[in-house]
This record gives sequence, structure tokens and C-alpha cells, in this order.
Amino acid sequence: MTKRLTAFYWMTVPAVILFFIFMTLPALQGVYYSFTNWNGFGKHYDFVGFKNYVNIFTDNNVGNAYWFTFKFAIVTTILINILSLLIALGLNAKIKFRNFFRGIYFLPNILSVLIVGYIFNYLFSNVFTIWGKNSGISAFSTNILGNENLAWIGIVIVAVWQGIAFNTILYLAGLQTIPTSLYEASNLDGASRWQEFWKITFPLIAPFFTINMVLAMKNSLMVFDQIIALTNGGPGRATQSISHLIYTGGFQGGEFAYQSANSVIYFIVIAVISVLQLKFLQGRETDM
Amino acid sequence: MRTKTNWLVLILIAVGTILILFPLYMTLTIALKNPEEMTRSVFAIPTTFHWENFRNAVNMTHFFQAFRNSALVTLCTVVLTLLTNSLVAYAIARNMNRKFFKGLYFYFISAMFIPFPIIMLPIVKLTSALHMTNLVGLTILHTVYALAFNVFVYVGYIRSIPVALEEAATVDGAGTWGTFWRIIFPLMGPINATVGILICLSTYNDFLLPLIIISDQNSYTLPLVQYIFQGQFNTDFNLAFASYLMAMLPMIIIYLFAQKWIINGVTQGAVK
Repeated sequence: MTKRLTAFYWMTVPAVILFFIFMTLPALQGVYYSFTNWNGFGKHYDFVGFKNYVNIFTDNNVGNAYWFTFKFAIVTTILINILSLLIALGLNAKIKFRNFFRGIYFLPNILSVLIVGYIFNYLFSNVFTIWGKNSGISAFSTNILGNENLAWIGIVIVAVWQGIAFNTILYLAGLQTIPTSLYEASNLDGASRWQEFWKITFPLIAPFFTINMVLAMKNSLMVFDQIIALTNGGPGRATQSISHLIYTGGFQGGEFAYQSANSVIYFIVIAVISVLQLKFLQGRETDM
Repeated sequence: MRTKTNWLVLILIAVGTILILFPLYMTLTIALKNPEEMTRSVFAIPTTFHWENFRNAVNMTHFFQAFRNSALVTLCTVVLTLLTNSLVAYAIARNMNRKFFKGLYFYFISAMFIPFPIIMLPIVKLTSALHMTNLVGLTILHTVYALAFNVFVYVGYIRSIPVALEEAATVDGAGTWGTFWRIIFPLMGPINATVGILICLSTYNDFLLPLIIISDQNSYTLPLVQYIFQGQFNTDFNLAFASYLMAMLPMIIIYLFAQKWIINGVTQGAVK
């Protein structure tokens, strides 16, 4: 039996070592550097205590990145969930070519986020503007990605277009777990479609709602590829997300230590939000 | 009423697919046009197919090299992940009553909450110190990072396989390794399909990890190539779109043939 146990140890130990070296160690190094003033390439650095952390709270660029990221993440998460639930309900109805439509709606999920971003970048600058001019709405006759106040909406559109795919499939899987006999019963009781949705459908797919909300929120808070492809954080810093700020500041701006402190805060924020969301939504699941 | 086709829903769903397909239609047609045809109409189907866009894009971006790199990294990551991550999960799943393995379980899955940017800056220093700023390094990192999610998914699955099977094998004199490879691994088909599909998609489409660790031109992956050549693309949209289309095509082709598998795999991965 001990021989058997030894084998089990050998199965895990190499993985643990690699995981420690490439995951835990860099995370700890990040925390370590966040207390220094290292620029990322020089030989010399000093410990500065909590100075980086203090500065982050008064840094306009950081505040701006958090504002954009949260605005983007909340709007995107809500839109993705509403739209994908509607599409899933449609796909779950008695319609022809259901599998064909399902295949189309899922297609964006398999495409590279970066390349989809580049395609939409072109559409925003050269195609949607044609419609804007024809329809006479002045806000849409110019490229919205170049507009400081509207650029974030462009990024939301691209993220929603692609994000719907995954959530739709999950909601559809949830809807298919509901036995049709429940609907037959509610039909006999004379329940309206609206009541049916809120009293039967929604409570029964609550676990899927939880997963979808948490995943969509986490993905949106990490937004990076879309930013690179669509605006590169611009105009000015209007669409700079937190990951984009850490990337540009840390690698190109000589702020290695400072952005490490930023990423530690970012980690805490994401962890807290994920846990709160899970707690809140799972609490509701049992209520329903 | 419910037994008949719901025409209103069908129409709405069909209209929705236009929104999904429109950007892809534009990609395909722009990739086949030349600038003159673009000025005539952006939307129209091209009258003559300008295949030279693809030839030019292949030459400019060294497409086949980038494709080879992407395919190699994706394939190696999938194989390596399936073989190693399942093994680790097996050892954990069968020893959850022991502190060490239970601790490992939580150690691995807690990493799902670590956002990549927190390790992004140090990992660049680390990989360059270890001479891992190449495709091999990329494959190793993808495989190691996959552990967090895969241990979670695999352990759940392995625990549903009855231990009795292994006990019988042990009585017959099979060792722990042999039991895993001959008895357990073949039983993990469905979950391996799920993990394989997810890893294939995420590795092939990944941009951030290659962006920060790959510096040698000959090692660029497909998404990285699109990023690097943006400056040169800006003047020639037809060429750019030909390049985008070629980069997306391998996954689209795989999707056309394995659509059902992929959708099921992705669903299983998330529901677990």
C-alpha cells in the first residue's frame, strides 16, 4: 500500500513544483516588487514601503482605468445576460432549423478575440459610418471609437457580440433540463407566458444564471485584447482598462513596481467581487 | 399551439443570426475585393475574386510559419495537458482523505481566481532568465496554467468512477501507474474531449501570453502576427482581411466538422 502511495506522490510532485515556479512564485514576486521602486530593467532598487499603494489611490490614470473597466464590465455583463437568455429562449422554442441556428450563434466563441476586434475596428471606421450618414444621426456619422465619450460603447458592442455565444449555449443547456410537464401543468392553471417565465423558467435556471453572471463579469473585468484591437486605450485614456494600464505602464512606462502594486489591488478587487457575486447569487438561488 | 412551429420566434432568431453573420460576411467579401471594388460598394459581393490578396498576405506575414507555430503549440499543449493534468487529478481524486492531496486540490483551484496581470510582469523576467521565451516555453506555460481549471473538472469526474475497478486491477497485480493508464484513462473519454476542446480553443486564440514572452519573429503565433503587422495593414484593408480570414479559418473548419462536439464540450466544461 505504501508503494501505491509513493506512486501517487510522484504523480503530483512535478506538477506542484512547476505550478509553484510559474504561478505562485511570480505572484509572490509581484507582491514583493510592489514594495520597491524598481523600474523593471535597472540593477538597483530600494524598498519604499507602502508608497506605491498610497500613490495609486491618488493617481488619476488608475482611477480612470478603474472607472472605465467597471462601467464596461457592468454594462457588458448585463447586456450579455439579457440578450443570451432571450436567444436561448428562442432557440428552445419549437422552431425549425434549431441546430443550425444554435451553430451560428455559437460561432463567435471559437474566433480569436483580437482578430474579431480588428474586424470590428474596420467596421466602425468604414462601414457603420456609412449607415450613420444615411440615417442622418450625426453621432454615428463619424467613427465612435474616435469619440472620447462614445468609444467605450464600441468596445461594449464587440464584447457583447462575441460574449453572447458562450452564455446562450449555457442558458440553452439550462432550459433543456426543465421538464416539459411543468409547463403543461401551468398551462392548465391558466398561467400567462410572463408568469410562466418568472415562476418556473427563471428559478429553475438560476444556477446557470449564477455561472453566467460570474463568468461574464470576470471576463469583462479582465478586458485586454479588445482594447488593443479597437482603441489601444484611447482617445487619450478614455478606454484604458486596468489590464491595459498594467501592461503599458509596467512594460513600456518603467513603472514595473508601481504597476505590480496596482495588480495586487486588482487581484483583491476581482477576488472579492467573484466571492460576493457567488454568495449573493447562490443565496438567491435557494430563496427561489 | 405549442406543438406548431412558432413563426414569430423563428423570424426573430433568423434576424438575430444576420447580426452574427454580417461581420463575417464583410470579412469574406473584403478579403476577396480590391480597393477599386471597395470604392464602388463596400457591401456588394465581389464581381471578381482577388485571390492575390491571400498570396500577398501569405508572403507578407509569413503565414505558413505562423500557422505552423500556432498549430504546433496548440497540438502539443492539448496532448501534454490531457496526459499530465489528468494524472495529477487522478492522484488527488483518489486521496482526498489525505491532508496533502486535499491541500493540493485547493492550492490548484484557488489559482482560478488569480488574474493574469498580477503574474504578467514577473513571468517575463522569469521566462527570459530560464531561456523560455520560445514555443517550448509557451507550451509549458499553457499546460501548467491549465492545471487550475482542469484539476477542478477532472477530480469531479474521476470521483464518479467506481474505485472497485482499480481494486480489481490491483489484485491482478497492476501497479498504480499501470492502473491509471490502462483502466482509468480510457474511461475518461468524455471529459478528455471537453478539456481537449477547451484547451485547443484557448491556446490557439491566445494573444496575451505570446505577446509578452515571444520576441523572436520566427516564433510568432497567428494572433501575434495580426498585431505585429497592424502598422503595415493600415494602408491595405483587403490584404489585412485576407490575413484575418486565414488566421481564423483553421478553427472555423474544425468547427464545421465538429460543431456538436465543441458545443457539448464547452457546455460540459462550464456546468461541471
